[in-house]
Amino acid sequence: MKPFAYARPGDVAEAVRDVVAEPNAVFLAGGTNLVDHLRLGVARPDLVVDVRTLTSREVTDLPDGGLRLGAASTNSQVAADPRVRERWPVLAQALLAGATGQLRNMATTGGNPLQRTRCVYFQDVTTPCNKREPGSGCSAVGGYTRYHAVLGTPAVLPDPAAPESCIATHPSDMAVALAVLDARVQVLGPNGERTIPFTELHRLPGDDPSRDTVLEHGELITAIDLPALPAGTRSAYRKVRDRASYAFALVSVAAVVPPDGELRLALGGVAHKPWRATRAEEVLRGQQLTEDAVRAAIAAELADAQPQPGIDSGNGFKIPLVARTVLATVRGLLPEEQS
Amino acid sequence: MTDLLQPHAIGQDLVRRDGELKVRGTATYAYETPVEHPAYAHPVQATIARGRVTAMDTAAAEALDGVLAVLTPFNAERLADASDAEYAVLQGQDVGFRGQLIGVVVAETSELAREVADGIAVRYDEQPHDAELSADRPDLYAPEQVNAGHETDTAEGDVAAAMAAAEVTLERTYSTAMYHNNPLEPHATTALWEPAGDGFLTLWDSTQGVHPDRAAVCQVFGLDQEQVRVVCPYVGGGFGSKGLPHANVMLTALAARALPGRPVKLALTRQQMFVLAGYRTPTIQRMQLAADSRGRLSAIAIDVVEQTSKVKEFAEQTGVPTRMMYASPSRRSTHRLAALDVPIPSWMRAPGECPGMFGPEVAMDELAEELDIDPIELRVRNEPEVDPETGKPWSSRNLVRCLREGAERFGWSGPRAHRDGDWLVGTGVASSVYPTMRQATSTANLRYEDGRYVAEIGAADLGTGAWTILPQITADALGVDVADVDVRIGDTRYPVASVAGGSSGTNTWGSALVVAAREFRTKFGADPRDGDEASGDVDQAAQDDTHSPYAFGAQFVEARVNADTGEIRVPRLLGVFGVGRVVNPRTARSQLIGGMTMGLSMALHETSAWDPRIGQVANHDLAEYHITVNADVGEIEAHWIDEHDPYVNVMGSKGIGEIGIVGTAAAVVNAVHSATGVRVRDLPVTLDKLLPGLP
Ligand SMILES: Cc1cc2nc3c(=O)[nH]c(=O)nc-3n(C[C@H](O)[C@H](O)[C@H](O)COP(=O)(O)OP(=O)(O)OC[C@H]3O[C@@H](n4cnc5c(N)ncnc54)[C@H](O)[C@@H]3O)c2cc1C
Ligand code: SF4
Repeated sequence: MKPFAYARPGDVAEAVRDVVAEPNAVFLAGGTNLVDHLRLGVARPDLVVDVRTLTSREVTDLPDGGLRLGAASTNSQVAADPRVRERWPVLAQALLAGATGQLRNMATTGGNPLQRTRCVYFQDVTTPCNKREPGSGCSAVGGYTRYHAVLGTPAVLPDPAAPESCIATHPSDMAVALAVLDARVQVLGPNGERTIPFTELHRLPGDDPSRDTVLEHGELITAIDLPALPAGTRSAYRKVRDRASYAFALVSVAAVVPPDGELRLALGGVAHKPWRATRAEEVLRGQQLTEDAVRAAIAAELADAQPQPGIDSGNGFKIPLVARTVLATVRGLLPEEQS
Repeated sequence: MTDLLQPHAIGQDLVRRDGELKVRGTATYAYETPVEHPAYAHPVQATIARGRVTAMDTAAAEALDGVLAVLTPFNAERLADASDAEYAVLQGQDVGFRGQLIGVVVAETSELAREVADGIAVRYDEQPHDAELSADRPDLYAPEQVNAGHETDTAEGDVAAAMAAAEVTLERTYSTAMYHNNPLEPHATTALWEPAGDGFLTLWDSTQGVHPDRAAVCQVFGLDQEQVRVVCPYVGGGFGSKGLPHANVMLTALAARALPGRPVKLALTRQQMFVLAGYRTPTIQRMQLAADSRGRLSAIAIDVVEQTSKVKEFAEQTGVPTRMMYASPSRRSTHRLAALDVPIPSWMRAPGECPGMFGPEVAMDELAEELDIDPIELRVRNEPEVDPETGKPWSSRNLVRCLREGAERFGWSGPRAHRDGDWLVGTGVASSVYPTMRQATSTANLRYEDGRYVAEIGAADLGTGAWTILPQITADALGVDVADVDVRIGDTRYPVASVAGGSSGTNTWGSALVVAAREFRTKFGADPRDGDEASGDVDQAAQDDTHSPYAFGAQFVEARVNADTGEIRVPRLLGVFGVGRVVNPRTARSQLIGGMTMGLSMALHETSAWDPRIGQVANHDLAEYHITVNADVGEIEAHWIDEHDPYVNVMGSKGIGEIGIVGTAAAVVNAVHSATGVRVRDLPVTLDKLLPGLP
């Protein structure tokens, strides 16, 4: 492990100052992702700034009926919160579908959405990876792609040697629920506070796969806000995986059906970011939520889906799997007579 | 034929003697051995799959504070015997597979050793590598023999003629994946060379056999047995991967030799275990079955293609169970290997039988379907009277009883498939088999000490129960209470013992203990004095060569497949086994359900995703290499029939460590087929293979 300095500043403002002052500094929260990466040499910071005890651990009501999740609240705590379970079940279910009890006790609201991809090549410093080492190439293209993206990737198969190639997925379950809930991210940075819509927090690789999010160096997540949902809204999270527990999603679906029937849909395990299925939502706008309509909508969403060939037949199975999983999830949310 | 021991302690459900130590965390494993002022070693590994190391820049590393030694092929001492290419660490610059050992850094802390080792710049002359197995490679070859000394090919009758003449034939190709043993405790060693004299080496090593481990180290370093002590009281699992020492043991001994008087510790990381500790080769199995309309086989054949490493040959005996499992006048088995630029395969729980009962047991299910015969009935109709391979009578063969009793307990009769809401439900069955073995060497020493009987033997307990059951056997051989018996194991200071492998430990060490106990009684009678001592060798125990000794079993599976997503869940797994006499039901059940769980894991989850482009397992950690977890195992039951086998050994035991994993994967595949109508012939069975066939 590369030696690094460890700091535990007095407050969040100081933490931000510390990180801004050192170009090779990182924040540390629960450490369940970062510490692994320190050991593997994937993360090689000179300074680690521990913010776990600085940001809020509280989950508090917002005046408009929403909920504020302090950045240091744990995944276990949020999943068990009666308000979350009752009003945002999609989030409680997503959290409980992730990792294990031990990990969820450590993992935080701020750290979870910022966990990095599980791409096996990203985690192995002996293989080229544009995300870990910009410009080195992408080992995943044509390799082990079972957990890789089918959406938001170029229409032609990427060139493994090109510096912009990256077909990684974002692995978080929580983030898929936050995307469908239109959560808002509260950020403190060198230039003060700002609010980022959750769906705009993560980015596609574009020409810089090394960046997962739009956060600038030194920007700290202080809280994530859940807007209120209309009374009578139903929501669910469905995660598909080979192993019944302790496995990342092959694909996952977060769905919200408000009383007006305007479906909100997000997908996990399919893209570089939690994928809000805006095209499907648009196709369905104003329509009766029937199985056929949902099928057509998801087909529209998947129209540009690009399977990645690779070891063990690649990941083309995800395309029909997403469609089937969306249908099954939405079916479970419809009133009896409609399904 | 032997009179079996009168069971008193044998058969009792005694708790593990080492259980409390392990639960309290006070059982010391190799890496945790309390030694003074240890140093820590971390390997340097090749990052190419084939070629030559031309230079390594170690100057900066050596100059660092806290770095004690940096060994490379350019400065490491020459070993006495470099003939085994796996053990000849740092003896040459050639690289035969990615991840091969090309250096070691010893430092004051493990973190420093690792950081420095990872930072050493290596220059290579890289050559193109060849690391992809396929059945149509032109360079497949027949090894001289396959693992455990079995013949490479066997043939009887005329399979082709039988296939041409039969009413029904089946010809299919099946494949099993690459698997890694992945015991919880990594391969770890603490090594200490005495500074004075011509050297005395102590190794605290995680091993399935302290004596075989010592023998290999002595050979490589040119030492006498008296110059080396290997200690290993507890092993956190091995599944065969600690049966033979691997290169890491030689590397640690070499590193410690550079620092006489200083204990050196080396534990492989999980990723390194995917390269250096052996694995199960992927297998491709072409099966042929010919039968009459009533299901009586006229031919059974298996042609196996699998891989080995160019560095060192290991040939898994995958075709072996097909030679003896069912009656058929014409039979054939062949093994062909591709020698590749890949890590060295080795033993993994039930080598041969485990992969080798996948193809045949799925093929039998396919044949049953084709003939519209119940798969249990098909197996019963092909029950051989004597061992088809040797012509010898069975020492005992209760496959049919296992199948019938299992069917009864499982509720086999009636329709096998139905739909339950979103789930497609089906059931499946397959047979299990494992040969009953006893090793040629093992000696036990028995002493009367302070009113207790103390036996010593260099045996190993991998978590299997040897600490507990060896006293049970010894007590019955002496005719005393088990509480008055201690058996000490896991140290080369005790008499020589065979490796814990081939499910032969209890059979072998137990036999030696019984000889020693009888010798003791003959010499000293019922009233010994303090210090009275006798020993016994396994080769003095009765041996029967006129019968064919095997354990058999039947496994039943209920599989549920989600009609939307194809996710597979197995709520019920039930096995019935004929494994001779069970010495301790508690530890036996644990072995059997452990084996079945590992078989379930092989069926649904495990696969080492091999990336042939770079010559490496891509998913080389436990977050990505999936092993069945608790949530995947529903009801799991292991039963055994009351089996009296007077031919195997004086305990009447057949060995239970491996049979549990044999046949499980086939039973799962058969159940998934009955649930969905989709026949998966390539393991693992995953949802992507089912999706195209779902409603
Ligand atoms: C074996 C395993 C299995 C797992 N399975 C799943 C799974 O199935 N589903 C799933 O969703 N997750 C899974 N996880 C991932 C787990 O959920 C994440 O590791 C965890 O949520 C990260 O939170 P943390 O607080 O520990 O973050 P840390 O590891 O502390 O930090 C993660 C990243 O976020 C940054 N960071 C942390 N807090 C802040 C902040 N307030 N502001 C700005 N930056 C910050 C850090 O600098 C770091 O880059 C698994 C993890 C493991 C190890
Ligand atoms: S997919 Fe992205 S993370 Fe994975 S190897 Fe390619 S660049 Fe790296």
